[in-house]
Amino acid sequence: MEENFEQTISLQFELKSHDFVQAGEASSEIRRRLKKLGFASDVVRRAAIAAYEAEMNVIIHARRGRLQVEITPRQILIIAQDEGPGISNIHQAMQEGFTTAPDMIRELGFGAGMGLPNIRRFADEFNISSCAGEGTSLKIVIYAGEG
Amino acid sequence: MKLSEVHRILRAEILVDAGKMDKDVEMAFGADLMSDILAMCQEQTLLLTGMTHIQVIRTAEVSDLAAIIFVRGKRPGPEIIALAKEIGIPLLLCKLTMYEASGLLFSAGLSGIHRDQEPHRRLKGGGKL
Ligand SMILES: Nc1ncnc2c1ncn2[C@@H]1O[C@H](COP(=O)(O)OP(=O)(O)OP(=O)(O)O)[C@@H](O)[C@H]1O
Ligand SMILES: [Mg+2]
Repeated sequence: MEENFEQTISLQFELKSHDFVQAGEASSEIRRRLKKLGFASDVVRRAAIAAYEAEMNVIIHARRGRLQVEITPRQILIIAQDEGPGISNIHQAMQEGFTTAPDMIRELGFGAGMGLPNIRRFADEFNISSCAGEGTSLKIVIYAGEG
Repeated sequence: MKLSEVHRILRAEILVDAGKMDKDVEMAFGADLMSDILAMCQEQTLLLTGMTHIQVIRTAEVSDLAAIIFVRGKRPGPEIIALAKEIGIPLLLCKLTMYEASGLLFSAGLSGIHRDQEPHRRLKGGGKL
């Protein structure tokens, strides 16, 4: 790591449903910060993609939500929490190809049912919990070391 | 293959050069599905796409792609071009279809993505998919 930082760096972003102009700005900012802090490019990339998939899911599927990031030299913790319809069958939602995205989302090139499986693949730790009718919460950890 | 070579082969128009026309790209991927790009592309991949909305740039940014070629003459709006400039992602525009553009680049020796490799875990001992 080029730059040393002692304290945990916390970032927070508010996300709005169907805001496709701003969509991706949070993940872009997270990526920029991680790069600047000198994390390995593979670490930055995995964190940025996982954050982006989580961000898009909130914007596409939920009413509103928040992305929180806690960065230490050892790991990057990303928490995505939203208020929305939640996921009644998490096992099903985690399957590649499962989606409830409407046509309008599919026309943008999203809604292939790849996001959650993708996050799980990129993450070193991944946790999802959801309450139908209330919301969804994801916890994603990316280790900064070479493991 | 250098981006300048890609530019020449496709008779493309440069929308954003980002000072990277001398950069080498090793592989390319063609898709309109952001989900596929996010799931399959390795860093420094050249993307060919028919999509021109802002999420293409965001997807390329978080995936560390090398450059974007818009096919079939689909010209992105000025806000897309401005964002790519700001981030530093080269954008090219060509009139060829996805099939023709991919075929030309492939014949000239630019290969597809390496699928035999777990793309996201190469730092971690590199297990197979
Ligand atoms: N934050 C969320 N709130 C409510 N439902 C969600 C949320 N995230 C995912 N889901 C549900 O899980 C399904 C699968 O999500 P996943 O991210 O894997 O695919 P997708 O978002 O539909 O498509 P893609 O990610 O490929 O663009 C979604 O279609 C949706 O039904
Ligand atoms: Mg998704």
